[in-house]
Parts: sequence; C-alpha cells; structure tokens
Amino acid sequence: MSTAAPSPPEKLTKKMLTADHPTWCPGCGDFAVLAAFYKVLEKLQIPHEKIVTIAGIGCSSRFPYFVNSHGLHYIHGRALPLATGISLSRPDVHVFAFGGDGDGFSIGGNHLDHCARKNVNLTYVIMDNSVYGLTKMQTSPTSPIGYKSKTDPTGAIDQPVNPMRKLVASGASFVARTHASQVKHMMEMFERAIKHPGFSVVEVLSECVIFYPGAFDNSIPRKGGEFEVIDERKWDETSEDESRHDVTDFSAAMRLSEEASPGKFGTYYEVDRPSKNVLEQKWIDDSKAKLGGASDKEVLQARFNQMK
Amino acid sequence: MTTASAPSPSDASTRSSSDKLKDAVIRLAGNSQDGIQTVGGFLARLAGRTAQEVMTYMTIPSTISGGPSIFQVHIGSGEVLSPGDDADFLVAFYQHSYKDHISSLRDGGVCIYDTDEVEPDLTDRRFTFIGIPITTTTIEALGGSARDRGKNMFVLGLLTSIFDLSREKLTAIIDRQFGKKNESVLRNAMLAFDAGYSYPISESLGRDYGIAPGTMEGDHRIATDGNQMMTCGLLAAGVRYGAGYPITPWSPIMESLRSELPKYGGLFVQGEDELAAVSIALGMAYSGHLAVTGSSGPGLSLKMEALSYAVMAELPLIVINVQRGGPSTGLPTSVEQSDLLQAIYGSHGDAPRVVLAPQDVEDCFYIALEAGRIARKYSVPVIILSDQAISSRIEAFAEPNLDEFMVEAELDIAPRDESFKPYPLDGLTRHAPPGTPLTGGIYPVVTGLEHDEWGHPTANPELHQKMTARRRNKLIALAEEIAEPEIYGDAEGDSLLVGWGSTYGPIREAVDRMRSNGEKVGAMQIRHLNPLPNGLDKSFARFSRVAVIEINGSGLYGCGQLATLLRARYCDPRIQSVTKTDGLAFKIREIVAGVENLKNNA
Ligand SMILES: Cc1ncc(C[n+]2csc(CCOP(=O)(O)OP(=O)(O)O)c2C)c(N)n1
Ligand code: SF4
Ligand SMILES: [Mg+2]
Repeated sequence: MSTAAPSPPEKLTKKMLTADHPTWCPGCGDFAVLAAFYKVLEKLQIPHEKIVTIAGIGCSSRFPYFVNSHGLHYIHGRALPLATGISLSRPDVHVFAFGGDGDGFSIGGNHLDHCARKNVNLTYVIMDNSVYGLTKMQTSPTSPIGYKSKTDPTGAIDQPVNPMRKLVASGASFVARTHASQVKHMMEMFERAIKHPGFSVVEVLSECVIFYPGAFDNSIPRKGGEFEVIDERKWDETSEDESRHDVTDFSAAMRLSEEASPGKFGTYYEVDRPSKNVLEQKWIDDSKAKLGGASDKEVLQARFNQMK
Repeated sequence: MTTASAPSPSDASTRSSSDKLKDAVIRLAGNSQDGIQTVGGFLARLAGRTAQEVMTYMTIPSTISGGPSIFQVHIGSGEVLSPGDDADFLVAFYQHSYKDHISSLRDGGVCIYDTDEVEPDLTDRRFTFIGIPITTTTIEALGGSARDRGKNMFVLGLLTSIFDLSREKLTAIIDRQFGKKNESVLRNAMLAFDAGYSYPISESLGRDYGIAPGTMEGDHRIATDGNQMMTCGLLAAGVRYGAGYPITPWSPIMESLRSELPKYGGLFVQGEDELAAVSIALGMAYSGHLAVTGSSGPGLSLKMEALSYAVMAELPLIVINVQRGGPSTGLPTSVEQSDLLQAIYGSHGDAPRVVLAPQDVEDCFYIALEAGRIARKYSVPVIILSDQAISSRIEAFAEPNLDEFMVEAELDIAPRDESFKPYPLDGLTRHAPPGTPLTGGIYPVVTGLEHDEWGHPTANPELHQKMTARRRNKLIALAEEIAEPEIYGDAEGDSLLVGWGSTYGPIREAVDRMRSNGEKVGAMQIRHLNPLPNGLDKSFARFSRVAVIEINGSGLYGCGQLATLLRARYCDPRIQSVTKTDGLAFKIREIVAGVENLKNNA
C-alpha cells in the first residue's frame, strides 16, 4: 500500500482501460460492445478507480477480464444481486454489469425483475446472441422457435422471451435496445444509460458467429435488413410530435415491444423514479438524525439497556 | 426443584429465608394467542434484574392462526444451565394443555388449572391440584368486557405472589413494555396482574415457594434471546451491511438488522431469494465491508454455490444458519443440529470454510465477534451454526463490556502500489475494494476461476495444487490460534461428554448429576467446528470413553455428525455417539441414560 499523496487525476484513456486481449472468437459481436464501452467511459471521464465491472458466466460474461478496472467475474446468473450489494454499500462507485441472454433471462431472470423493480442504481448490458455460446450451442431463452441447437436438434419449440416486453414490464426505469453492428447508436444508448439515475438496462443484439451466424441479419442494412431507430418525442409542440414515441409512456413502451422482428432500436422507456439507493440513504439519514450524533457504541449500549 | 435446606415441597410452610427455593421450573401451557410468551419474557427479564439465573424454553406452532404453545421458565438463585427436565409447576389454560403436559410435571409437583376450562383427574395422587377460575376472575377484574384477554397477566400476578418475586421490579418492566403502546393497555394489564397477585392462593399451596435472592454477580445483567444477542454481536463486530431472505427461525435476526443497521449508517437488504441474498452480501464484502447473510437449513442449501465462490475468491463473509429440524421443510419450529456437515462440506469442490457454534444465548454475542475477527483476518466465509433452541430461549447474563469489545467498521481504499498481490502464496489475502486507486495502473479482477497470486485465471496444474493448499492452509493456521476447549468436571476418568451448540447446558447438568453419583466424568464443548481445535486427542486419551452428544441422526454407521468428524480425524474407536431426532432439546436424564447405554454396550 502506497503512502504517497494522491497525484492529480489522470485523464482516462482507452489505453488505460484496455486489459487482456479478449478471448472471444474472431468476428464475435461482443468485441464491438467492448469497444463502445471503452469509448463511452473515455468520453464521460469517470475516475478510473471508481469503475467496477461485474459479470456472471458466459462468453459475454468474460467482459470484466477485458476491462482494466476494478472487476469481478461471478457465478452464472447472479451478477445483478452481486452488483446490487456493491451499488448499495458503495454509492461512490459506478457499477456496470454485463452478461448474456442465458445469464440474464434464464438462470438470472428473477434477479433481473427484482433489481429492476427496486431501481438499484447501476447499468446492465445484456449481450443477446440468442444462444448459449460458452457451453457450445444449446437453446437459450431468446432462441426463436425453430432454431436448431444441440438441445433442440429438430428446432426450438418453446416460446422465447421477448426481452423488451420483459424489461419494460419489470419496472426498470431505463430500457433501451441497440445492435453491436451499430457502434454509434450503441455508444449513444450506453451514455444515456450510464447517466440515468437508477436501474438502466440495455439489450445489445450481439451475434455469435460460431453457433448462431446470421441471427440478426434482418436488422443489418448491409445484409438486407432494416435498422429502424425509434423516433422519440421532442416536445417541440409540432403536430408530428404527437405521433412520436413518448419514452415516459409505459403503455407506448409495451406496444413498441410487441412489434414483429426485427422491431425498433433506441430508448423504449425512461422515467425518473427514486432509486433504492436514494430511498435507503434517506432512511439512514433519518435514523441517524433521530440519534443526535450518538456513536455506534452508544447506540448498541442503549439496546442493551432495553434488555435490563 | 431444589431447596437451599432440606424440606421437600410438601413440608409445611415457614417463612424463613433459609428454606427458600434455590430454583423452580414453571411450565405455562396454553395457546399461542394467550400471550404466555409475554409472561415468560417478563419473568426472564425480572430474573436478570434480580441477579437470578433464568433459562426458558418455548414451543410455538408454525401456523399463524395459533394452536397449542408452551413456555417453560427455569428460575434459580444460582447457575441455571437448562430449561429443566420436569416442571415443578404446571399452569394449564385448557383441557388439551392439561392432557398434553401433565406428564411433564414431576411427582409432587403442583398443577394450577383454569376451572373454567379444565377438568383434571383429581384422583391422581402424584400431584397437588389447585383450581382457579382464571378466565372469569380475569374478566371480572377487567370489568367484564375484555373477553378472555389478560389471562396471561393474571397468571403472572399469581406466580409473582407464589414465588415471592419482586412485584415492584416486575411492574416496572410491565410498565416499560405496555406503557409504550397506550394507557388503557397498560391499565388492563395491571388490573389483571393485581387480580392474580392478590388471589388467595397461599392457603391452597400449603408451603412457601419463595425463591431465594440471586447470587449472580453484578447489576449489569441483561435478559434476551439468542437471535437478539447474535444481532448485537454482529453490530459489535463491525458488521454494517448484510442481506437475507425470511425463514423461521432466522427471520428475527434479519428483521432486527434491517431496523438497526441504518442507525449505524449501514444497511440490510431483503433479497428476492437466498441466492440473491448471499450474492448481495458478497457484493458488500467485495466492496470492502464486513457483511452478513443468514438463513436456516433450506436457505443455507441455496447459498452453497455462492459460498464456494467466496472460498475461491477468498472474500470474507459471515453466514448465520439458525438450524431447525430437517431435511427439507422438516420441522420448522423444532431444534436439530443436523446441518453441521452441510455447513462444512455442502459446497462443490474443495471449499474449506470456517464453522463456529455458540453454546448459549450469551455466547451468540461472542461467537459473532469471533466470526468477524476470523473473516477479516483470513478473508474467508465463516458460518455460524445457531439453532432453534438458542435462537428463541431467553437467558439472563452479564452485559458485555462494549468498551472492550466494540469493533470499528472501517473501509480501506487507500492506494495500492504495483507490488499489490491479492493472493500471495506466502502471505494473507488482501483485496483492493472498488474505489482503491492502483498506482501501478493495473486493476484486479476477482474471479471464481482458479487463479494466480494476482488473481489472473489460470488452469496451470501446479498452481491449482498450490492454491488449493493455500485455501486449506489458512484454516490450518487458524486452528493453531484456537485455544483447546476447557474440560468441565473431571479432567480424566470414565466418560468425556463432548457437545456443540445448544446442548452445552444440559450436558453440564448431566455431568453434575453423574458426578454426584460418584462417576468420574467431564464435559467439553466445541465452539470451533471447522477447523477443530488442535490437541483434542490429548484430552480424549484421559477418558475410557468419549460420548459425543448431538441432536441429529446416528447416520448409516452409527455416528452423529460431529462424532463422524472426530472419528475421521482421530481414528479413535472410543469416540461414540449419543444422538436423537425427536425435535426436542436433550433432557438431562436422556444424556445420562445415553452415556449409560454406551457403557453397557461396551
Ligand atoms: C450454475 C451453473 N449452471 C450452468 C453453468 C454452465 N453455463 C455457463 S455459461 C452458460 C450459458 C451462457 O449463455 P449466455 O448467458 O447466453 O452467454 P453467452 O455465452 O451466450 O455469451 C451455461 C449454461 C454454470 N457455469 N453454472
Ligand atoms: S462462441 Fe459465439 S459468443 Fe462465444 S466468443 Fe465465440 S462467437 Fe462469441
Ligand atoms: Mg447467449
């Protein structure tokens, strides 16, 4: 441990954030997600030591190894509760959680709902490739019906999760959808998510070129698909503004999530709702205020006195 | 019931303090909604205030709508180690209370029953029967309108007069409890209490049952249950963050922490399930705090994957497991000690972690402090195995001196230089929590993958070998610091009774009883279960037999869980097992008979 006085904060650069060379397959969509994340952090100039990158298990969940920041590579599906513990007990740091569709919508599906409804202050990026990559091609909760995997050799038969419907319905206060082949749009969504106070979640369609090549071709223009961005309401009092998407309108967000594949990209939902962090801190402050500066020892002694 | 001098309870009464009782066991039997728990709580707190010892035992139905419930109080002027095998007094509120509990009354004992509800078999000459119209007298005292509420306070008044307890101190306690609610609640409580207190019962009793003043030292005494004391221990240990999910009998700890921690600037989170709870707590631990999670058996099972992670990543964490009867949902409100092997071995992989067990209510405080110390020093998860009996019974004991024991909660995010290495092969684990500047510019990633000294994942065979040893060696080093448990009673002789957890008191009483019969026996209570203290074999060698007393099954090979471990460690056939699984705490006579049985089968 150094005792030297802290030097003035260095400017955060992509170079400082770069760690081990990613072990992803060449062409994997996750590279672009990583690159976009570096750039946004560079732009926002978050102090280096305050960045915390968390993930569960999966190809995408190897993310923390590739970011030179405080990080933790946890167990399958539980990155969000772990990130919750960090966020609530260390309001001074910025918590980023990354993971795949299996990690987030299957084994961790329940945690996602609860983290969202509690509005824990953190940013969660789901890298959806509609397949289990790390375990080599089993059906995932977002695999479409008919997708042939090692666990559904004749084609998937179960109704897949609709990520946007699930995320909006969960009570997340910021929900966006983007595409790993659209770096600028991805950066824009990440930046908005990071700046959002409370729980922000971004689903990124990120192709697994090994086990599900072409999964998202219908949203890649150079492959003949359509990448349609949500036209957000500008509140400019023009008549066409009426037909634009109001990101604070829950029903409109739910309707948007029902659109047929490939659907739209952008911010589905964004509202101001006090985060759990703020509400818990208020309770702490109120409790402390009532005690009029009593030390921890005095508070505990008072509890003993009650037992006499 | 033992008297200071000789007269048996049936002797005629004379009011001289020399023949005051040394102790008495009172069992109140009614339904859970009658508030007999409240009465028991008052008596226990009174004992704390009058330098008397107390131990209580209660059963509550696991359904909310109520049902039969008992509260047993053992009050004594000297040391009280167990809730008592047999009751000296039974207060029966209903016919079912009488029917189910008359067998718990010792021969010569007194059965007080509510004549409005109970028709006892008065021809049973073993007992003294005293019928009192408890329900109607209480209703009259309260002005006829209050249904049968207040019977508990009536009985409390009755007991206060029978045992010559301090009415003044008791009313002060009642005042504090009910005064907070509102005036009329307090007034009704006192009306019922006074009706019981002035009820002319002494004529029917035929002797004086006054309990001698207490001999326990000091006026700094408190009375509470194990869950509350565990909470206080965690607070004193510097725990400021935690997460849990409700389950009986763990919930009271999380409820207390939830409302207490904000006063300390901390926070307790209710997770959506136990997997979330342990993960939230691990997030807090990774953040640089001493954190806690907890549950009972089923929830501990759900935490196992994350605990294996904590062992691998070497994160400190306190995990409370208030054991209850298993497997599965089992007996949610009964005592059992059947989670020991789960606690030590329940996770996948070689995942050594520390397991401790408090021996009584008071010890819950000190075991929590010990857990905090170990978790911090060795950066390892520490499981505390409490149990339903300790969690819910009330004891009175000396208040811990906070000047001595209070541990400051600190967060160390001072910069680390380029020599920072979280997992040195030749030193203790040291993490750099988020927010710590790494002046060398390289930031650490904590992982569940096998890793090198810097935490970088590796599948290097040599490193896996070394790191597995490193995680094990921490516990081997810890064992070196643990004092060998003291032996109570004879230090050598015929039988050494070994116990862990809530069997502590009953085992000591059993030793007293066996020694008074001329046998040479000792008792050893093990608080550190993993790692075990070193040198137990030296103590074992001084006895012909080591009888391990535990509330769990005898397994496929005739040994309870601790006995299995001790046998594996010492390969000593003298180590034998006395176990039971009836969901009840050991009675003294069951322990004595169990040891006797081992002798006869030798
Ligand atoms: C408890 C547990 N169950 C199963 C696994 C095996 N496993 C690892 S990653 C994974 C699925 C990963 O899929 P996804 O989250 O979509 O990530 P991807 O690899 O596609 O990026 C599974 C089943 C595990 N590591 N832990
Ligand atoms: S298997 Fe698929 S998801 Fe995993 S790294 Fe390769 S391309 Fe990416
Ligand atoms: Mg996937």
